[in-house]
Amino acid sequence: MTHTVLIGLGVLIAILTVVAALGLLPSLRIVPDNTHFDFTRFRRISFPISAALSIVAITLFFTHGLNFGIDFRGGTLLEVQAKSGTADIAAMRTSLDALGLGEVQLQQFGGPENVLIRVAEQPGGDAAQQEAVQKVRGALGDTVEYRRVEVVGPRVSGELLAYGMIGLMLAIVAILIYLWFRFEWQFALGAMIANVHDIVLTIGFMSISQVDFDLTSIAALLTILGYSLNDTVVIYDRIREMLRRYKKMPMPQLLNESINSTLSRSIITHFTVTLALLALLLFGGHAIHSFTAVMMFGVVLVGTYTSIFIAAPILIYLGVGEHREDAVETATPAKKNRP
Amino acid sequence: MLYFTRWRALGIILTALIVCLCAVPNFFPEAQVKTWPAWAQRRLVLGLDLQGGSYLLLEVDSNYVKKEKLDQIRDDVRRVLREAKIGYTGLSSKGDAVEVRVKDTDLQNALAKLRDLSQPLGGLLGSNGQRSLEVSDAGGGLIRLTVPQAAITERVRQTIEQSIQIVERRVNQLGTVEPVIQRQGTDRILVQVPGLQDPTRLKELLGKTAKMEFRMVDASVPPDQAQKGSLPPESELLMSASSPKVPYVVKKQVLVSGGDLTDAQPGFDQRTGEPIVSFKFNTSGARKFAQATQENVGLPFAIVLDNEVISAPVIREPITGGQGQISGSFTVQSANDLAILLRAGALPAPLTVIEERTVGPGLGQDSIEKGELAAYVGSIMVIVFMLLTYRLFGVFANIAVAINVAMIFGLLSLLNATLTLPGIAGIVLTVGIAVDSNVLIYERIREELRGGRNAISAIDAGFKRALATILDSNITTFIAAAVLFYIGTGPVRGFAVTLGIGIITTVFTAFTLTRLIVAWWVRWKRPQSVPI
Repeated sequence: MTHTVLIGLGVLIAILTVVAALGLLPSLRIVPDNTHFDFTRFRRISFPISAALSIVAITLFFTHGLNFGIDFRGGTLLEVQAKSGTADIAAMRTSLDALGLGEVQLQQFGGPENVLIRVAEQPGGDAAQQEAVQKVRGALGDTVEYRRVEVVGPRVSGELLAYGMIGLMLAIVAILIYLWFRFEWQFALGAMIANVHDIVLTIGFMSISQVDFDLTSIAALLTILGYSLNDTVVIYDRIREMLRRYKKMPMPQLLNESINSTLSRSIITHFTVTLALLALLLFGGHAIHSFTAVMMFGVVLVGTYTSIFIAAPILIYLGVGEHREDAVETATPAKKNRP
Repeated sequence: MLYFTRWRALGIILTALIVCLCAVPNFFPEAQVKTWPAWAQRRLVLGLDLQGGSYLLLEVDSNYVKKEKLDQIRDDVRRVLREAKIGYTGLSSKGDAVEVRVKDTDLQNALAKLRDLSQPLGGLLGSNGQRSLEVSDAGGGLIRLTVPQAAITERVRQTIEQSIQIVERRVNQLGTVEPVIQRQGTDRILVQVPGLQDPTRLKELLGKTAKMEFRMVDASVPPDQAQKGSLPPESELLMSASSPKVPYVVKKQVLVSGGDLTDAQPGFDQRTGEPIVSFKFNTSGARKFAQATQENVGLPFAIVLDNEVISAPVIREPITGGQGQISGSFTVQSANDLAILLRAGALPAPLTVIEERTVGPGLGQDSIEKGELAAYVGSIMVIVFMLLTYRLFGVFANIAVAINVAMIFGLLSLLNATLTLPGIAGIVLTVGIAVDSNVLIYERIREELRGGRNAISAIDAGFKRALATILDSNITTFIAAAVLFYIGTGPVRGFAVTLGIGIITTVFTAFTLTRLIVAWWVRWKRPQSVPI
């Protein structure tokens, strides 16, 4: 079935390509040319909103916490599929509870035949985890297919968590240094504030949705970091260029011009990334579901907003472009608007 | 920006073509690729989450290594002092050190003799002044021998080196395809076995040190009496391997050890039909075994494996051929496993499984199918969107993205990289991101056109200004990918690899191919307006 659909879509693309190459397609403009939105004025609303949301996210983090997956918490995770076609969760729960392994969670996963079993970390070190998984295998026997078994000992989970956190910090610092090197320090700082804001909000999202927080979440966070910055850098590049060109334009106007002139690009790029992520979210299977969901939230929802409403306007407060007139006496007169 | 010399254009196309061609071996069956020349054999490796298999992380017990080291030092001290005929008291190991007390008159002599035990670390070459043992005078005739941390670390490192070889031999006995065994950090071994569904047997094989010893049974004390405490100093109490556990009193002295075995094979006893393990000694083992059996005809000896008695047969006649067999309530499987362990040799220290991840083949296949579907759907949506938005230039962008993806696969194959499910997600994401470079260029061209430039000058300026931005913005993501590669393992690392390579190919195509395509179009069409 899927193959016929794919072939059909391939043919559609071929036809579209020929039509497009011949110049017969109408032009699709998502964003009209020459927009003049006053984005920087919106900072009086966006900054308090972001501050409030960040506080909510941090509060959530401390009250609800994150749902640590076994990477960071240790313990055992089994994904099993009933050979009969439907898993009898109640019966499985009874037989697993009888093993005396402490907290055992069972959860339907995907179809009715799939069950995710989580066994809390056993006291007694690494060997005890191995015994636990042996017991579970013994109790469920051959009635199920073991699709995935993961056992993470107490020491490894601690290390993975430490590694993940160190990695996150390392990435932030490395990017900060790079930006400092490429731009002025105000830009680096502005990008960093925007970034931490993104990560805080995404962590708030993970806390509220209680998706598993594991190594792939760290991967998602780092990707969000990268792409959100990607966007910010595009706008900053433009701001820098405008600063060089229009020496006397007031900062808020200059920022608005920069954001507006890159707006079309920002929206189109986010649209294509959203399309790619949507495909992963809908068809990529549950193994990467939380991974893509987190990225969707971070890259698409937060990232775009941040670069336009936080990263750029914050430069006003960081004093970018304040001393331009002093530095260049023979500045070319600023044009009112870009033609 | 739009002018390419003929050689430059050729160079760009050749580079892209060669990198794309590196992906070709992936489309042929593995058996066929094996017959190709070695340089053409590089291909993508599917991660364990896609092809199914087991991942085990083993850790050597460094406390055990330390204790062994201290025990050995204690034995050395005893031997040295006896040879030097120095009287001593209170020889014991305490914490990180071995302590012994000698008379004041013997102190200097004893210190000098014991200092000979200490050696520079790392052999004569590469020695950094660290020594394997520090001998100090603790006052009052007390000598303290401490093992510096560096010496213990060195010892753990050696233990891991030896263990890896033995682990390798044991894993290879499972008959699986291309297992990966690597050292990880200072005290860990990573074992990856593709296709292995149930690692229980693997863990059993790796969980035993398999230290095999032939010793005499001490018949002077009945076991039940020994259990109450009257154990001769030269003997110890060991339990049988089979259940119910039966105690044996066994002499500490080892007649022959497993290190002297040259071969071990599973088989069946010709009379009883029971599973057995037959073994062969090397020359020195055969000589020692012959001598011991000659001296002890009619007495029982014990075959001890990891401090458990497998069997304790009575020596009926001297065994001089250097061959023998072990029988002791084996199943076919356990006889087979024991033979494997004996052939592979004993581990110098026990290994513990500290992390295990196993994916069944069903889930792996599902993941491949879902990843492929998501990749197709994502690409198609992006391609159609680009066509609708940029029309002819959308065609250019799509050509660049298609070459980009082919180059990602080419580079991944060239690096023999591992493709994981998050890795596939990374490629899909790259498709979404790769068009960004085109979007940046095209939007800039539009802007320059609005600014009143003519077609060719607008295209030229669009490329010039956008490329700097493309480089800046991609480097940030590349830094994130590099960090992720460094901290991540398994599937996450796969994501970092595809993301990082995707960025490299994206920047390459933006700077060269997209530009080249547009340059050709400009030269061919001499456009007055840009249909963008």
